[in-house]
Amino acid sequence: MHAAVVVFPGSNRESDVVRALRRSGAQVSLVWHADHELPAGTDLAVLPGGFSYGDYLRCGAIAGRAAAMDAVRAHAARGGLVLGICNGFQILCESGLLPGVLMRNIDRRFICHRQTLRVERTDTRFTSAYTQGQVIDVCVAHGEGNYFADPETLARIEGEGRVAFRYCDAQGAITVEANRNGSLNAIAGVLSETGTVLGMMPHPENFVEDLVGGTDGRGLFDSLAA
Amino acid sequence: MKARIIVTLKTGVLDPQGKAIEAALRSLSIEGVDGVRQGKVFDIEVSAVDSTAAEATLRAACEKLLANTVVENYAIEIL
Repeated sequence: MHAAVVVFPGSNRESDVVRALRRSGAQVSLVWHADHELPAGTDLAVLPGGFSYGDYLRCGAIAGRAAAMDAVRAHAARGGLVLGICNGFQILCESGLLPGVLMRNIDRRFICHRQTLRVERTDTRFTSAYTQGQVIDVCVAHGEGNYFADPETLARIEGEGRVAFRYCDAQGAITVEANRNGSLNAIAGVLSETGTVLGMMPHPENFVEDLVGGTDGRGLFDSLAA
Repeated sequence: MKARIIVTLKTGVLDPQGKAIEAALRSLSIEGVDGVRQGKVFDIEVSAVDSTAAEATLRAACEKLLANTVVENYAIEIL
């Protein structure tokens, strides 16, 4: 597994995701936002979390149109894997690689806490190391993670089973309290039509070592590197 | 040529910032405000020779970057 992590001005989670990928056995290189190509042999392009371009205009709006994103779009069109975490998810929505948009959290607060997610799909390249319906304990840290799509788009996403993760309580129940940012249908992670592009607001890369409080994030990187 | 682009949220899209501003106005005892929706204004200088060409440029700017048409509408005014 060769992963290319794209770094934008204002990205700040690239080191963590590089570490998580390497831990699972991936070979990782960094790509600068102004680069026009991904390294030859890239299997997976990763857009890390952070505040690309200072969140100017809209979160992910300017990064979504950066030169490196043309390369990521071409990679996705060839069937290459793409993972966007947090700001990376916002960038994927802004770039047109995923449907919908991440709006300001419903209560207007920046949220930063541990968050349980329910794994909705295990037959994907991103989630095969998890079990169906498994509740995983990861983290969220965002101000704009409120997933929104128009009713037709939302119906299509749900109809095609493209929700990879939902916010849930510790028992796996989808509740209003567990869905702190107000996302439609408690959506925490969405797949492309092909299942090869995943965007998610929570940070699995935070929890890959016991030392920092948990290892439930490993499954995602282990799935990719398998 | 000067132009102004106004980007607003589509009807039905939740606007937490607008709601916060609405509540703040209420706390300032400003009466009679029934709703607030926050948008963006862009004042743009365009080099186009006529308003048709300017509008084409600005429409492209809105579609490609200034508005996210999933949730936002835009209006172009040539000043």
